[in-house]
Amino acid sequence: MPTTYADLIASVRKATREVSLDELKQRLAAKEPFTLLDVREKEEFRAGHIPGALSIPRGFLEIQVEQRIPDKSAKIVAYCAGGTRSALVAATLAQLGYTNVETANPGFVRWKDLGYPIDTPPQLTDAQRDRYSRHILLPEVGEAGQAKLLKSKVLLIGAGGLGSPAGLYLAAAGIGTLGIVDADTVDASNLQRQILHATSRIGEPKVDSAAKAIRDLNPDVKVVGYRERLSSSNVDRLFSDYDVIVDGTDNFPTRYLVNDASVLLGKPIVHGSIFRFDGQVTTFLPERAATKLGIEPGPCYRCLYPEPPPPHLAPSCQEAGVLGILPGVIGVMQATEAIKLILGRGDPLVGRLVTYDSLKMKFRELRLRRDPNCAVCGPKPTITSYIDYEGFCSLG
Amino acid sequence: MEVTVRIPTPLRTLTAGADEVSVLGETVGAALEALEAKHPGMRERLLDEKGVRRFINIYVGEEDVRFLEGLSTKLKAGDQLSIVPAIAGGAA
Repeated sequence: MPTTYADLIASVRKATREVSLDELKQRLAAKEPFTLLDVREKEEFRAGHIPGALSIPRGFLEIQVEQRIPDKSAKIVAYCAGGTRSALVAATLAQLGYTNVETANPGFVRWKDLGYPIDTPPQLTDAQRDRYSRHILLPEVGEAGQAKLLKSKVLLIGAGGLGSPAGLYLAAAGIGTLGIVDADTVDASNLQRQILHATSRIGEPKVDSAAKAIRDLNPDVKVVGYRERLSSSNVDRLFSDYDVIVDGTDNFPTRYLVNDASVLLGKPIVHGSIFRFDGQVTTFLPERAATKLGIEPGPCYRCLYPEPPPPHLAPSCQEAGVLGILPGVIGVMQATEAIKLILGRGDPLVGRLVTYDSLKMKFRELRLRRDPNCAVCGPKPTITSYIDYEGFCSLG
Repeated sequence: MEVTVRIPTPLRTLTAGADEVSVLGETVGAALEALEAKHPGMRERLLDEKGVRRFINIYVGEEDVRFLEGLSTKLKAGDQLSIVPAIAGGAA
C-alpha cells in the first residue's frame, strides 16, 4: 500500500502502459479505433484539446465513464496536461473494470508545444453554457454542436400552425438566425393552434408577433421577418442565405415552388403538411444539399407527387378545419429534423414519409423513392425555372 | 384475396367516415375497382385515363405501387393498401 503521493504515482505509472505523444499522433493519423479521453477540467478542454477527444474531467470520471464508454474492453487512451492525472485515471478505470487503458505521456502541454494538431471549440458565453446546458450534456450535441446551432440559419415558410411550434422550439434550441416568411396578420381564429402569437397581438403582422415571442424566449436568436408571400420572383433571394428550409405553407402552389427552388438552389427542405386530423412529415434532400452534408440524396416533392391537384379535386375549404394540436405534433417533428440536419446526427427522414393519424394515434412510415423521370430532380429535368401555379383555396 | 384499403381523411366522405375498407382483388387495380363498387366516386378521385392520378400515391405495405408494377401489382391476402393524397395545409 503506497503511503505518499510519490509512491502512489510511481505505483500507478508502473501498472499502466504509457504511449508517447509521437505514437499517439501516428495512431490518430492512422485512424486506429480507440477512445481518446481528455480528463482535464472543462476550462482546460475548452481552451484547446486533441481533435476527437472525449472530455470527462477527472472529478466526474467514476460518475460518467460507464455511460459514456459502456464497453469495458474498449481501447482507451487517457491524457491530461502532463501525465499525472491521466495515470491516476488509469488506476481508477482499472478498479472499475476497464481492461484496455493506456495513458499518454507527457500530455497536452507538450503536445501543443510540439505544434501537433489541436481543436479549439468555439467559445460559448457563461450565459449560453447555462441556457443550453441540457444540450451540452448530450454527447451527441455538446458545446461544439451547440455552437453549430448558434451559427445556423433556418428559414420558416409560414408562421402559422406548423411554423409556430417549429419556430418556438428552434428558437429555444438556439438556432442563430430564424428567417420567417409570412405576409399575414394575426387573427383571433389563428390562436387555437398558432402558439407563436397571442391575443394581445391580434392585428399585428405575424412576422412582428413572432419576432416578439422569440425575442422574449431567447435573445440569442436573430429573427429576420419577411412580410411577403413567397413567389417565383423572391424565392431565390429569400432562400439564398439559409441552411435549412422548414416548409409549413398552406397551399399547393407554394409547396411546388419551395420544392423546385430547393432542387435548383440545393437546400434541404423539411416538409410538413396537415389536414383535419392527419399529418405528413418528410425531409427532401436534393443532390447538392446532400453533397454538402455528406449523406445520400433523396427524392423531392415532385418525385412523390409530380403535379399539384387541379383546384376542383383539391380538398375543399368547406371540408377543411384542423385539430389545433395536430400542427403542434407535425411542426415539432419538423424542428427535430432541422436540428438533426444541422448537427449531422441521427437518420433524417430522407426517402421516408411519416404519416400521423391523430384520431387513431398511429404513426406510419412509407418509403419514398426518387423518380428517375422526375421533371425537376431527374437526370433530364424539364423544369428549370419557377412555375407560378394558379392559386386556389388555402387550408389549415 | 382480401386486402384492407386505408382511406385518407379527404376521401372519407365517400365511405361514410370509414377509415378502412376491406375489398377483394388479385391486383391493385382490381382492388380499386372493388372499392369503387362499394363506394362509388372513388375511381374518379384516384384514377385518370393514364392510371393513378399524379397527386395521389397508392402504397402496398410501405412501397409505392409506381415503383412496383403500378395497377398490375399483385396482392396477397392481408396486404394493406394505403391511399396517400398530397395535402398542403400548414399555416394560414
